[in-house]
Amino acid sequence: MTTQLLLVQALNGLQLGILLFLVAAGLTLVFGVMDFINLAHGVQYMLGAYLGAAFAAATGSFWWALLLALPAALAAGLLLEVLVFRHLYARDHLSQVLATFGVILFVNEGVKVVWGAAPLQVPVPALLEGGIEIMPGLQYPLYRVAVLAAGIATALGLWWLVERTRAGMLVRAGATNAPMVSALGVDIGRLFTLVFAFGAMLAGFAGVLAGPIFSVEPGMGDNVLILAFVVIVIGGIGSIRGAFVAALLVGLVDTLGKSLMPDLMRLFLDPSAARQAGAALASMLVYVAMAAILAFRPAGLFPVRTG
Amino acid sequence: MVEPLLRLDALRKHYGGLAVTDGVSLDVLPGEIHAVIGPNGAGKTTLIHEITGLVAPDSGRVLFAGQDITRLSLPRRVRAGLARTFQITSVVPGFSALENVALAAQARAGSSFRFLRPAAAEAALNEAAMAALAEVGLADRAAVPAGALSHGEKRALELAIALATRPRLLLLDEPLAGAGPEETERLIALLTRLKSAYTILLVEHDMQAVFALADRVSVLVYGRLIATGTVEEIRGNPEVRAAYLGEDEA
Amino acid sequence: MREAWLPLAVLLALGLAPLAGFGGSYETTLMARAMILAIAAVSLAFLVGGAGLVSLGHAATVGVGAYAVAILDAHGVTEAARVLPVAIGAAALFSLATGAIAIRTSGVHFIMITLAFGQMAFFTASSLAAYGGDDGYTLYSRTEVLGTRLLEDRLAFHYLCLGLLALTWAASAMLLASRFGRVLRAARENAQRVEAVGLAPYPFRLTGYVIAGAIGGLAGFLLANATEFVSPATLSWQRSGELLFMVILGGVGRLWGAILGALVFVVLETWLAQQMQHWKLVFGPMLILAVLFLRGGLAGVVARRHG
Repeated sequence: MTTQLLLVQALNGLQLGILLFLVAAGLTLVFGVMDFINLAHGVQYMLGAYLGAAFAAATGSFWWALLLALPAALAAGLLLEVLVFRHLYARDHLSQVLATFGVILFVNEGVKVVWGAAPLQVPVPALLEGGIEIMPGLQYPLYRVAVLAAGIATALGLWWLVERTRAGMLVRAGATNAPMVSALGVDIGRLFTLVFAFGAMLAGFAGVLAGPIFSVEPGMGDNVLILAFVVIVIGGIGSIRGAFVAALLVGLVDTLGKSLMPDLMRLFLDPSAARQAGAALASMLVYVAMAAILAFRPAGLFPVRTG
Repeated sequence: MVEPLLRLDALRKHYGGLAVTDGVSLDVLPGEIHAVIGPNGAGKTTLIHEITGLVAPDSGRVLFAGQDITRLSLPRRVRAGLARTFQITSVVPGFSALENVALAAQARAGSSFRFLRPAAAEAALNEAAMAALAEVGLADRAAVPAGALSHGEKRALELAIALATRPRLLLLDEPLAGAGPEETERLIALLTRLKSAYTILLVEHDMQAVFALADRVSVLVYGRLIATGTVEEIRGNPEVRAAYLGEDEA
Repeated sequence: MREAWLPLAVLLALGLAPLAGFGGSYETTLMARAMILAIAAVSLAFLVGGAGLVSLGHAATVGVGAYAVAILDAHGVTEAARVLPVAIGAAALFSLATGAIAIRTSGVHFIMITLAFGQMAFFTASSLAAYGGDDGYTLYSRTEVLGTRLLEDRLAFHYLCLGLLALTWAASAMLLASRFGRVLRAARENAQRVEAVGLAPYPFRLTGYVIAGAIGGLAGFLLANATEFVSPATLSWQRSGELLFMVILGGVGRLWGAILGALVFVVLETWLAQQMQHWKLVFGPMLILAVLFLRGGLAGVVARRHG
């Protein structure tokens, strides 16, 4: 029983990790190439989820919703880039933090106006209903397996794009040394817009996938954003590989912590206090891990930028 | 035999398979101006980092006034009396020239963990700073923000900051880099004046300047010292000519 | 300091307000909140503008101070002579422990790690089941001063907040002008230069971080007493973002800018919330515009007028 539960929780953890990776991938590239802190990246994830929910409700099909939500998320990202972010690249981190914080306030409130403050439910697509037996007598939801598979496929595709194509080479070079890349005659502004839009779409993709699993609600991007920041800081800013490893790590630590901590706390506290304290301490674990890692490796696990 | 002020004892540093400092031993005697020259990629920058504490050597020792400082941080070395200037000028751009130097003076005069009195009102610090500014000929620029000074003036300011730490040894990292002909002339005149009062280790690319200023010269090529001697000896050394001077001076 | 007439006039106006017909419960509550946030904002301005340490977790120090009041209250300790030192001491200790790690990093990493520590404090507060957990804790009464119920008196509390705000400003300005502050200011612009005159920036920065945290704790003590309520929301990263906004709205370069920033923030927020339900739709874009166009903040505008 316990091993089965552990296995399920580990799978849930990996799946959270995969979603985090999809959000963190865009963030870490944007961060690495342009040295731009985008607090509003979590908003892309939330928008993806809402767009997915809205298109699903309108078309009655999850697949149409996915197909429509991706370009819509991309368009939303481009719009924000042109309206706000573009004017912040040359500014200090403090300004970037605050202006993108303003974007969060606006969009969080905006989705409340459009879709209401109550959480939306997105049904699991019919094709992926039910579960599959991953161990004798242990069913795991098929949709969650599909999310894992889609996430891993995307991660591989991304890896290929970044490591094996010319555009990816420029992005990596940009993350290491942006002035040098622009000295090579590459239009770093256009490269960035490309990376940015792509990152926004990935985050939106994660949001659409998350829709049937988590509830779709205003502010849902905030927690994911902070976890994604933890991911890229642990992984090393600008490193896709680091983001991948750190995302899985954070997903596992968070999920396993949340399922194990309350039990652990019960050794010291009465059950109701243990539940509350355990859940909160589990949420803390990720940050403890980050502080511990940064204390020993201030530039993260896979540092990209040297000097 | 005079006790050397700075002694590098068999310093070694490898990056991967590449030896950037390959058994460098060197003495700087009190009162002399000792220059280290070498072509680009000779390992001059790494050597300076090892002397100032930014890079730890794999083996070997750095001795300053008889004390082993190999593992000390830059601030502790400075407090021991080893002041440096940077190849790319390093000043506090938002501070006035005076406050830049006063910061160095306060580092030398008692604790900087003082919270009550306005530092700008400490006459002793300001006087020490003015004296150092006067020594480099910047007295009339004291109130100007350091960021607004010309390149040559920033170089001079950096020297004043170094002097205000009351150093026993000045380590000058390419003080003439980036200076125009006129500025170079003025800086050489300034260094000539300082020469009588300070022990100087000069790392410089400009050969004319080195031959004009130095008492002794060491030549660094591919991480190794291939020769140390007086200006005349170095000029006449065939190995040096072959390895280095041939490029620039032939 | 010629342009400091404005903040002095503001402090004077705050001093006269209760006597000029603004002494009602509503007005004094609003002003108390503004002044308390101004105290926290000035301490953050000391960190950001003085030492160059952009903390995205400053609300945590306020929260630690506030929770010290709540926890002592739950155990029947309500005497200011004991509560206030504990509140300030706890916030200072929190800053010492987190700063010791955070200050080893710089730039973006510093922003992220202070955010992470803030989140840790937030989740810790949520886990304190005995003190209300997520729901927060309502004080039995305001803290007593030498056995008297002085803080219950609206005017006394008003002038206490005003006095402490003026004191915080004066003390922070004094610190920045001192030898200690000179090292901090120099290290903000060029840490290498500071090392090269023989001073290691780390202990100075850590001391500054602890001082700012202690002042944050003082603000927390006042905030708990003003609202007679403490909840994890006090420590949320959104609060930290708001504090940063007050600093930048006022103008990073000048401590007193934070006083203006906090007052304008509170007035604007209150006024907008009265005008419409979805006031953040307006507030978010205002924040963005302020960052983009109000370079140097309100203080910068004032200084240019008088420069």
